[in-house]
Amino acid sequence: MSDLATALNVLFTEFYYWVTVVMMFLIHVGFCTYEVGVSRRKNHMTTLMKNAMVIPTVGVTFYLFGWWFYSSMINGPGFVPGGLVTAHFAEPWNELMGAHMGGKPVQTDITEADTALWARLNGVFWAAFLLFSWTTASIVSGSIIERVQSGAFWLIAVMLGSVTWIIDAAWGWHPGGWMVQLLGYHDAYASGVVHAIAGGTCLAVLINLGPRIGKFAPDGTPRNIPPQNPWLVCIGLFLIYTGFWGFYAACNIPIFDVQAGDGVFYSATNIYLQATTLSAITFNFIMALCGGLMAGYIVSKEDPYWTFSGGLAGVIGTSAGNDLYHPIQALIIAAVIVVIIYKMHYWVERKFKIDDAVGAVAVHGYTGFLGVVAAGFVLWGYPSSPDALLGHAEPWARVTPWGQLIGAIIMFWVLGFIPGYVLSWILKKVGLLRIPREVEIAGLDHTGFSTAMREDDDIRAVLAQEGRTAAAE
Amino acid sequence: MSTGNVESWDGNIMDIGPIYPFVGWEGFMVVLCVIFWVGWHIWQIKMESKRLQTEAQQLRQGGNLQKAVTEEHSVQRM
Repeated sequence: MSDLATALNVLFTEFYYWVTVVMMFLIHVGFCTYEVGVSRRKNHMTTLMKNAMVIPTVGVTFYLFGWWFYSSMINGPGFVPGGLVTAHFAEPWNELMGAHMGGKPVQTDITEADTALWARLNGVFWAAFLLFSWTTASIVSGSIIERVQSGAFWLIAVMLGSVTWIIDAAWGWHPGGWMVQLLGYHDAYASGVVHAIAGGTCLAVLINLGPRIGKFAPDGTPRNIPPQNPWLVCIGLFLIYTGFWGFYAACNIPIFDVQAGDGVFYSATNIYLQATTLSAITFNFIMALCGGLMAGYIVSKEDPYWTFSGGLAGVIGTSAGNDLYHPIQALIIAAVIVVIIYKMHYWVERKFKIDDAVGAVAVHGYTGFLGVVAAGFVLWGYPSSPDALLGHAEPWARVTPWGQLIGAIIMFWVLGFIPGYVLSWILKKVGLLRIPREVEIAGLDHTGFSTAMREDDDIRAVLAQEGRTAAAE
Repeated sequence: MSTGNVESWDGNIMDIGPIYPFVGWEGFMVVLCVIFWVGWHIWQIKMESKRLQTEAQQLRQGGNLQKAVTEEHSVQRM
């Protein structure tokens, strides 16, 4: 890069995504924190380990095949021509999947143009998408705590984090994705492609897994199992909010020539290469957060956990259109969706005996689904992408309510629920899904994960013994 | 002997491509990675299943489950 302007563009873009990765790490820290806060003390360390090990299990598989899925499967299952797209830079054996200076390639299936383009961007793009993958898997992790086998969850995490979600991203979250072309699917900050699919998978796994022992009374009445540490839960959600800024930034491209035809105009773009500004998404992120927090506070009657979850759901529910909404639209959409999903959570719990320990199906699944559909109405008629910029003479489909509804169904049910149900059903049949009843009652941490736990146990044992002795006397 | 393709950092940087060692062995390294990944899951599932079954058996004996619930003993010491 002998040209300073080019160098600044490339190196800034590289650094930009690197910073988003660091910020998004906070999402994972937040998920771990709030999940542990929700779990009972006898399960804390196992709960933490279960979510923390998403990092390597999804990380390795996203290197092996996840990144390639995103780049090669944009044409979907034959709805548009083109089949699999060649994406040598994303093949795990390609030299661009390692440290590279961008000079002449050694391998013959890539060119000097490929190395010049990808050498400094491939790793940071891969990592940004990987962090999205961890988020999708973490969403499932919280809902199934205290009774799932960790190994089963990690297989589900690989399926969701490195296969199904990244295929949906190729279909609906790529400038050339077939859903963008045919349905006018618009989901700028991933209401559907991250949250709806994860919620659908959560619901499927929960059906096969069953509720925690004691969650439902013999007559089917749900019992409240309150978070062990509500304060920690709220801090975890705060961390997720913080990391979410990195998530939003990572959905953008910081500098891109968005001028179709003659002329040059550099702008930030969303994931579809449509011009946008960081100011736009900052307005909308914050106003959606406000709407969600305020609605959550009222509808849950001042419950801290649901207030914080409402803030998160507010942002998720508006993410599909937060590149284009007016901030007050974002506020109202967020508030309305939070009220609906709060009611749906408890209705589904009562009606279908679904024990979702953290409300993930509601906060991510229903919210993501509704957010995608809401964007279909509010953004009705908008172009789904800058098709002329992408070199297409015929305009692609525009945003419509029905296109968004079909898209939401694909995300939640087709790629979320169905694969999640099939895999968790198989794991259940081979006895790998749920822990033994006795272990669930005693608690997973009784295996001695935590020294502090054992020391505390000793104190409790002494106290219990003293209590019995005193009673006998 | 050199494990990498870089002869010198003083030449034309534009001539430098991959800088990791053992260029040309990427396919073999991917195979190793797949074996490591699949092997880890198999090992982990066997290890976890064995531990859970052992714990469950211990808890079924005598009043161990009741003791565990009242937190008098951890399973390790039963």
